[in-house]
Amino acid sequence: MKHRYLPMTSQDEKDMLETIGVQSIDELFSDIPEKVRFKGEYNIKPAKSESALTKELAQLAGKNADSVRYASFLGAGVYDHYKPIVVDHVISRSEFYTAYTPYQPEISQGELQAIFEFQTMIAELTGMDIANSSMYDGGTALAEAGMLAAGQTRRKKILVSGAVHPESRDVVRTYALGQSIEVVEVPLKDGRTDIDALKEMVDENTATVMVQYPNFFGQVENLKELEPIVHGAGALFTVSANPLALGALTPPGKFGADITVGDAQPFGIPEAFGGPHCGYFAVTQKLMRKVPGRLVGETTDDEGRRGFVLTLQAREQHIRRDKATSNICSNQALNALAASVAMTALGKEGAKEIAVQNITKTHYMKQQLKKSGFEIAFDGAHFNEIAVKIGSSVKELNAALFEKGMIGGYDLGLSYDELQGHMLIAVTEQRSKEEIDAFVQEIDAFVRETEASHA
Amino acid sequence: MHKDNQPLIFEMTKQGRVGYSLPELDVPEVDLTELLGQDLVREEFAELPEVSELDIMRHYTALSKRNHGVDSGFYPLGSCTMKYNPKINESVARYSGFANIHPLQEESTVQGAMELMYDLQEHLKEITGMDEVTLQPAAGAHGEWTGLMMIRAFHEANGDFKRTKVIVPDSAHGTNPASATVAGFETVTVKSNEHGLVDLEDLKRVVGDDTAALMLTNPNTLGLFEEDILEMASIIHKVGGKLYYDGANLNAVMSKARPGDMGFDVVHLNLHKTFTGPHGGGGPGSGPVGVQADLIPYLPKPILIKTDEGFTFDYNRPESIGRVKPFYGNFGINVRAYTYIRTMGPDGLKKVTEYAVLNANYMMRRLAPHFDLPYDRHCKHEFVLSGRRQKKLGVRTLDMAKRLLDFGYHPPTIYFPLNVEEGMMIEPTETESKETLDDFIDAMIQIAREVEENPEIVQNAPHTTVINRLDETKAARKPVLRYQKPTDSE
Repeated sequence: MKHRYLPMTSQDEKDMLETIGVQSIDELFSDIPEKVRFKGEYNIKPAKSESALTKELAQLAGKNADSVRYASFLGAGVYDHYKPIVVDHVISRSEFYTAYTPYQPEISQGELQAIFEFQTMIAELTGMDIANSSMYDGGTALAEAGMLAAGQTRRKKILVSGAVHPESRDVVRTYALGQSIEVVEVPLKDGRTDIDALKEMVDENTATVMVQYPNFFGQVENLKELEPIVHGAGALFTVSANPLALGALTPPGKFGADITVGDAQPFGIPEAFGGPHCGYFAVTQKLMRKVPGRLVGETTDDEGRRGFVLTLQAREQHIRRDKATSNICSNQALNALAASVAMTALGKEGAKEIAVQNITKTHYMKQQLKKSGFEIAFDGAHFNEIAVKIGSSVKELNAALFEKGMIGGYDLGLSYDELQGHMLIAVTEQRSKEEIDAFVQEIDAFVRETEASHA
Repeated sequence: MHKDNQPLIFEMTKQGRVGYSLPELDVPEVDLTELLGQDLVREEFAELPEVSELDIMRHYTALSKRNHGVDSGFYPLGSCTMKYNPKINESVARYSGFANIHPLQEESTVQGAMELMYDLQEHLKEITGMDEVTLQPAAGAHGEWTGLMMIRAFHEANGDFKRTKVIVPDSAHGTNPASATVAGFETVTVKSNEHGLVDLEDLKRVVGDDTAALMLTNPNTLGLFEEDILEMASIIHKVGGKLYYDGANLNAVMSKARPGDMGFDVVHLNLHKTFTGPHGGGGPGSGPVGVQADLIPYLPKPILIKTDEGFTFDYNRPESIGRVKPFYGNFGINVRAYTYIRTMGPDGLKKVTEYAVLNANYMMRRLAPHFDLPYDRHCKHEFVLSGRRQKKLGVRTLDMAKRLLDFGYHPPTIYFPLNVEEGMMIEPTETESKETLDDFIDAMIQIAREVEENPEIVQNAPHTTVINRLDETKAARKPVLRYQKPTDSE
């Protein structure tokens, strides 16, 4: 069968074999020992035509409930935000998406400059001195922050707040296992890191204290109070921050964070069932040479023209091998480009406006829930999520909401025993007043019905 | 091409311009200070650009023109498998039912996505000959580390804590030793022999009861098949170690030899290489890991299982190494890889490998008279030339690589693997036509002639790019890693 990606003709094949001086393609594989040679073809599904395959896969995609058809109140680390349409048009330019790492700067200035701009935007939002070119995601970026801190302080203990995303904490633990680093969780008080407990826990073995800002419950941690406790013990202060929130919240850099990491998914990157998203990694000047992954720097050519190159590569695996600061090679460059375009589209004013909208709409949701008699689990400042006590099964509530065209919130009981029957509700700028009102009405009706049936 | 700078997007800013259209705020406004407290309210704006939508499109279009991708021209970057990125993949990954679904939705609402993941796993099991596959790792290096962590867990579960060493060949990718370090191992290097293959005697010398694993690429980074693979497997297994397959070069052996049949215990694949998830300017990738049965308990959790009621994620995995990534991997890249595999089918994947190897051998034979060929035998999907003949004439491989830019090509991988002097690692892939290969070969031959007759033109290359060679020393000595808005006094 002929194939549209394979330009080889039988004449080409004949000519090329003759040039090589062999009779058949098989001869080129004669170095594979008979005993391990695979005979025949893989037992996999047969090839499909373009039309047939798109039809099949469109049907498969149609089995999933997406946040275009359903109003989503689910966040917990991944959000349905405004995605400027221009983003997809930029990242669809194949000069970007069919290129690899810009190892040849003369023909990669586009990618290099785009990354340099990304580094600048992340540094601006986080209030940090510098940012790298991206990491896999927020979770692995946090884990790498832990590795950096342990190396820098030569200490072997990480304190991670219980209000850090549960899956990110899991990833930190896995990385720490490899490096024989101890990970201890800091307990919570009213949905935030327990500052008194932390004071007791930090010691001379603590490499870093990790908190999330806003935290997993949408609560805004008090970085100002946390910072002196962390630095007082000689540990590095690591903040995992939602960069979109930083349009309105004081950036971690202002509060003295040494490392700020997170995921830029909220900026123009689709939810995509959890990936690919876009981790970022920002640090103070002091830690510049300890950063994992690629960094783009500005320089000039011999005629004085400005240009951009991968720099400080002596940190990286392809140069330092087993002494590298990290093993990361491929990163999330295309998604960093997507985030850059979204941050550019929003711009100086839009970045603030979108963040304020999230706070405002979530506050509205909170008020409406309170009016209906629901108990909000935690007091205090929040960003775009709140934890609400449902009392009955969150899973059943979500099934009821789904019937009404809504994707309900995250069942906090799955990760926190003490929060059984609590739902984490996200309200982004995408949710209209009408949708919020309908949502409150539905959960109110559901809870009343459940209570009635138990009465 | 223009030799003018493209301004930074920040330099195009004009106060008051916007490029967005947010939903209207249809709920009452709030007082942020009252709600958050003074300390938490950001005082100064983040200095993001202020530009219109057309400004954005023009800026990034201009940048894209200063970038070379596979769609721009030939890209024989060895070990990176820069093959054509099919457009159907891009369309399918953008279907709303794949792009706009949340990883924590109720499983009943994402059965289509889970079915795709499951079927991709099944396909990868058959392709690699392994017993189980996880899609969680985000990229090749991430997969390497995941695999090594599983090997570590396996040994420790057997009460075997003395296995502190991972062996890698001197020709290995840099990620291999780096991943070993991150997984808490010490790296031991095994030498290559005069044929470019792992030296079995040296391997026997370095293995022992402290060996956790041997990491191997097959074919290796010289593009040569490790013929003694079964003996190597036996040497490692005899001392109780595990054999790790770096799948970076799988494009060379599809339907010809499976890692599982060669004796490998763990394998990672780079779906952005062999299976056409695009390289994206450096990522995102996807690095699934396959294992033999005895390592299944240690797979990252959750694992995806099929039940009578449908697909579900199983978190009850007490021996798992834990999570290596939030959620389930780079799903969007996995969708592309799945689309590719289903497009090619079994006969297509077989031809992929056959033509990739035919193309590489053809180029190698035609270029061999003009450059040094350190290992003269059939190669697989790529081959390595040495520029030492040209170096004697005062022209380095770097110069020849830069000269290729003038012909509109992305150069090969250079100075790698480390065991070849002035190395040039060329990987044509199967999606390139004979005409493209011939044109590139002609350019290489011309450059070899220029080295002899007019070396300056090579030494001073490139001549036609938007920028000349850049001062990398300056970039590293005084790093400027971000734009700073000029202050008023400047």
